[in-house]
Amino acid sequence: MVNNILEFEKPVAELEKKIEEMRKFGDSYDIADEINKLEEKVIKLKHNIYDNLTRWQRVQLARHPARPYTLDYIQMICTDFVELHGDRLYKDDKAIVGGFAKIDNQKVMIIGHQKGRDTKSNLYRNFGMPNPEGYRKALRLMKLAEKFNIPVVTLLDTPGAFPGLEAEENGQAEAIARNLLEMSRLKVPIIVTIIGEGASGGALGIGVGDRILMLQNTWYSVISPESCSSILWRSWDYKEQAAESLKLTANDLLEQKIIDRIVPEPLGGAHKDPLYMAETLKKILKEELNKLIKIRPERLVKTRLEKFGSMGVYEE
Amino acid sequence: MSWFKRSKENISPDSIKRELPDGQWVKCVSCSEIIHKSQFEINNWVCTKCDHHSRIGSREYISILFDKNTFREMDKKMKSGDPLKFSDTKNYKDRVETTIKKSGLNDAVKTGTGRIDGKRVAFACMDFKFIGGSMGAVVGEKIARAIDKAYTSKIPMIIISQSGGARMMEGAFSLMQMAKTSARLARLADNNIPYISILTDPTTGGTTASYAMLGDVIIAEPNALIGFAGPRVIKETIGKDLPEGFQRSEFLLEHGFIDLIIPRKELKEKLGSVLEYVSNDLN
Repeated sequence: MVNNILEFEKPVAELEKKIEEMRKFGDSYDIADEINKLEEKVIKLKHNIYDNLTRWQRVQLARHPARPYTLDYIQMICTDFVELHGDRLYKDDKAIVGGFAKIDNQKVMIIGHQKGRDTKSNLYRNFGMPNPEGYRKALRLMKLAEKFNIPVVTLLDTPGAFPGLEAEENGQAEAIARNLLEMSRLKVPIIVTIIGEGASGGALGIGVGDRILMLQNTWYSVISPESCSSILWRSWDYKEQAAESLKLTANDLLEQKIIDRIVPEPLGGAHKDPLYMAETLKKILKEELNKLIKIRPERLVKTRLEKFGSMGVYEE
Repeated sequence: MSWFKRSKENISPDSIKRELPDGQWVKCVSCSEIIHKSQFEINNWVCTKCDHHSRIGSREYISILFDKNTFREMDKKMKSGDPLKFSDTKNYKDRVETTIKKSGLNDAVKTGTGRIDGKRVAFACMDFKFIGGSMGAVVGEKIARAIDKAYTSKIPMIIISQSGGARMMEGAFSLMQMAKTSARLARLADNNIPYISILTDPTTGGTTASYAMLGDVIIAEPNALIGFAGPRVIKETIGKDLPEGFQRSEFLLEHGFIDLIIPRKELKEKLGSVLEYVSNDLN
């Protein structure tokens, strides 16, 4: 974990280390008071840091390698998960996982991007960057859910759709476009949650739904700050400014009325207390599901069309 | 409609070739052939020597496709807001204003209705020269409304794409235009109203990954760059040179993602025959 401390978290880590060291001497010296004071200071410092994160810092938190990923959430939130594989056309994409599951007693089709934790698993998962077959698998599962009247829950966490040779040959654009069209008219509820990175079309490809939720320290935009920097500033060095300009945090997107709700994270990020994080997400997913399953399919589809129809600012 | 009443008569391909004025020469970007401007226009901005399809805008496509004086523009005045107060090396607001002045266009798409071989259609055509034909809220909204027009009037929808993708300066709003337009096309499809997508050079990114790839029939101009990721990004990712012809119209046809490639001079005629098959019972 030592390597995973982000630059802006260092003051907290230093203080925590100091407390740790003092505890070791706790028996021989009466320093409980001192430790208490320091602990208070840590909490204050944490609030100070995490409540005032810059947009770029949130992007870094969204990418934190210790964050829970889709399969972690499925394990913590769901029971009886039956993973389903393959697009029935070409391949099984490991960067998108999905299957039947239950959230308490509610059956769902849960689908999400899946990243890896180390080099080996990241290569296996293609760093969470889907190929067309991933989007086609997701669509197949959604149509399956529709057939049996099961609501769809999607979890978004991708640095983007894979920009590869084969991906283009196999119709990356067509696969994403098809999903947007089909998701917009799917006759079961869809709840979308951004749990990490929501990079552009690669995220939106499983991101059209009735409720769009975002965990507190995630980002969602049309392009990553790095790519934006390289295109508009012609240099990789302006990612902080690009992140500020893109207004890509959960707070920003709530203000832009693109998402419906922010799911609060534990202090310091989802990875600081994954179980608590999963509990919070589960509670909110259940709330939203309970509301949506009561709505007639025609109404659901119509409202979804209007929801995305209202997004965008222009002058006439 | 003011642009359609220009004094310059021979913009239309079927008009009679007139005397060539002096100093009106263009150079083909592909083979460097020097062609007279009026000759070039008569040939639909296609090189007379190498057949290179030069990049043209909505105005030119309208003159090529529509029956004379039938095109009525919609939402002509719609302009981009600046919801993010976006700024990079320039302010987005200034960038838009400069582009409007320079291009004479209000944004990267022109929409409307008109007649092609007598058949009424709803139409959208993008313009690459407006911030790379990028799709922001104006493009998304205008296309959505054109699709609504097709839906309420029960007439075919035609979109000519020419775009680098979603517009960065409108952040997530741009991204959502992909969902907005695709949802409208879903409703169109549910009502058996045809949608024909025409891809021109270049069509990439979020535009390709939404309405461009959703046509009942997808037509491309010869040798147009069509893809999701740009070639430079792919090259950097895989660390290898890309094969000859990669992401060109012919490549997409070979891989099964477009229906047909039609040279510009045959576009109106072929489009007319496709329309005849898909729009028989509509009007």
